[in-house]
Amino acid sequence: MEKFILKYFTLIRTLTAILVGIIISVVLIYLISEMPAYSIKQFFIGPLLSKGRFANVIENASPMIFCGVAIAIAFQAKQFNIGAEGAFFLSAAVGTAFAISTNMPTVLHIIMVLVVAGATGAIWGFIPGFMKARWGASELVASLMMNYIAYFGGLYLINYHFRDKDAGYLVSYKLAETAWLPQFMPGTRLHLGIFLALIFAFLGYYFLYHTTSGYEIRTTGHNQKFAKFGGMNVIKVIILAQVLSGMIAGIGGATEIMGLHRRFNWQSLPGYGWDGVIVAIIGRNHPIFIIFAALFLSYLRVGGQILNLMADVPSELVLVIQSIIIILITAEAFLSTWKNKITIKEAERVEVGNESVAQ
Amino acid sequence: MNPLLSSIFSTGFAFAILRVMTPLLFPALGVAVSDLAGSVNIALEGIMLMAAFFGVIVSAFTGSLFLALIAGLAAGILMGALLGYFHLKMKADIILGAIALNMFAAGMTIFLLFLFTGDKGSTSSLQSLVFPSIEIPLLKSIPILGEIFSGHNILTYVALLFVPLFYVLMFKTPLGLRIRAVGQNPDAAESVGINVDKIKLYALMLSGLFGALGGLYLSMGYVSWFSRDMTAGRGFIAIAAATLGGNMPIGILLASLLFGFVNSIAIYIASLNVPSELIQMIPYLVTIIALAIFAIRAQRVKIKVGGEIHEHFDTGDAAIPVADPGKGDS
Repeated sequence: MEKFILKYFTLIRTLTAILVGIIISVVLIYLISEMPAYSIKQFFIGPLLSKGRFANVIENASPMIFCGVAIAIAFQAKQFNIGAEGAFFLSAAVGTAFAISTNMPTVLHIIMVLVVAGATGAIWGFIPGFMKARWGASELVASLMMNYIAYFGGLYLINYHFRDKDAGYLVSYKLAETAWLPQFMPGTRLHLGIFLALIFAFLGYYFLYHTTSGYEIRTTGHNQKFAKFGGMNVIKVIILAQVLSGMIAGIGGATEIMGLHRRFNWQSLPGYGWDGVIVAIIGRNHPIFIIFAALFLSYLRVGGQILNLMADVPSELVLVIQSIIIILITAEAFLSTWKNKITIKEAERVEVGNESVAQ
Repeated sequence: MNPLLSSIFSTGFAFAILRVMTPLLFPALGVAVSDLAGSVNIALEGIMLMAAFFGVIVSAFTGSLFLALIAGLAAGILMGALLGYFHLKMKADIILGAIALNMFAAGMTIFLLFLFTGDKGSTSSLQSLVFPSIEIPLLKSIPILGEIFSGHNILTYVALLFVPLFYVLMFKTPLGLRIRAVGQNPDAAESVGINVDKIKLYALMLSGLFGALGGLYLSMGYVSWFSRDMTAGRGFIAIAAATLGGNMPIGILLASLLFGFVNSIAIYIASLNVPSELIQMIPYLVTIIALAIFAIRAQRVKIKVGGEIHEHFDTGDAAIPVADPGKGDS
């Protein structure tokens, strides 16, 4: 038992954090709702009750997976990059502009838009990465500024050069059908983007855990001095992590436009970059776990929307749950006393076992 | 004269800049305190929101401006202390902890708003108070200066007063000295007997106090109600302003004025078919360039002192949780 707990301690801790978050949400619903049982049912079961809602969960998870994997690669190198938000937004805008101004056969068109968006994101990741690696400038502040620049730059591009003036509100022209990612389930908006997201999660996993560069990124994040004395080019590693991070976020942005909206229709930052931070934390920076974390977060969000609509509880309940889960997961001290006790117990047991063998 | 220029050179525009600058200057000073203590506090957004909310609620239910002030300040200081607790005691990374606190504030204020008023949007149904605007006796009667500098909300003057106060606090008092010592080299500070964790906690609480004043101004001066997400990113713009100002009071004041100017001008420009987006982008471009220049300069100093060139890579022992598949956390 103790061995089992120690082996899966991270997982147990994460699940405990989620459980505490859920218990607190139930308490809050009881405090605020006139019909708590109904509200709780709507919140937790609601997203699973119809095809449309369940499709919503999956559809929302796709940009979260992209941004989560993007953030995770930077976080694994211990780079506090919060620039996924900007890379996602700007790449979506540049991808839209590119898709509107070019004419190509369909599959090629889609691939080229993804390439352009990925390149935009990569440049966006490179700048804070270079500033950090070469000059030691805070990547947190730099990537935050890059978010604002991306936001205003993207808006400028769309509102002044690709705005559909007949639409009645601020949106770009519609993309040509050759640049549409197909939606594959009638009655829902599910599109191929979710499969792209899964592919990038698996690629991210393979890269981080099965390639030399991935190993270098993790080592640098774990102990930079060790990485340097081990002969790694830490500057290159940091920049690489940031570039890849921006690239994946950028591809995610274009995917969202090509699959879901088919035109650029954001006038404010959609917030997927922050969602990426959340799912990266819950998924412990592991791309495969991030898939589940994104599905979980998306499920909570859809539940929150249903709650808002059908019951008398504001959907912001979800924000409170998120924050509690994140605090508990990132707080290293959470459950650490318990773990220490078990470790000591296990050590004593092994010791006793050895002694009895010796006799 | 060109309509844009004539509105920019009006006293009303200059007045507006000071008004828009106030809720940036307070949190920017808050960011600077935390940054001088060694880690940027990105929770100012949540701190301001909480203070803005509790100020309005307490003023509406007690009718006392003083109690509202106390409640708002307490909310901000408590948020700062909470971040300190998570970071210093629970060993959570300070950035991730701050992100969580921002989310908590955004969710909790709306939640409580609904609980108190039955409304999810704003407190417009409540009779809440505002801090008074004051006319400055002599200044008021001077033609142009009077129109620009007199008649502001009292908190705007408090913000301006905080600029020299910040200097005195950080550079002339033992607490300020300790905060900066902890920020520059925690090990050295520890070795001369400074309780590093305690000082960091104080810095975060101070940061919360500054942020709280910004939040109070927003809901009880700038406007007279609380509305959801009313900070609208000011806590993050404050990070830019503090960075651009080099964490020095005068620099922060000028940076806040720049952000205030650009935000005010964007409102005028939007009506003139000039791409206001590009103008609004400028301060962030300037900030990122300033960030690079500061970093290069700091690096030169480090090399001169004989430190290792890439020593700055050490970001402390901030721990990002990393999954280790199959092996668990050991």
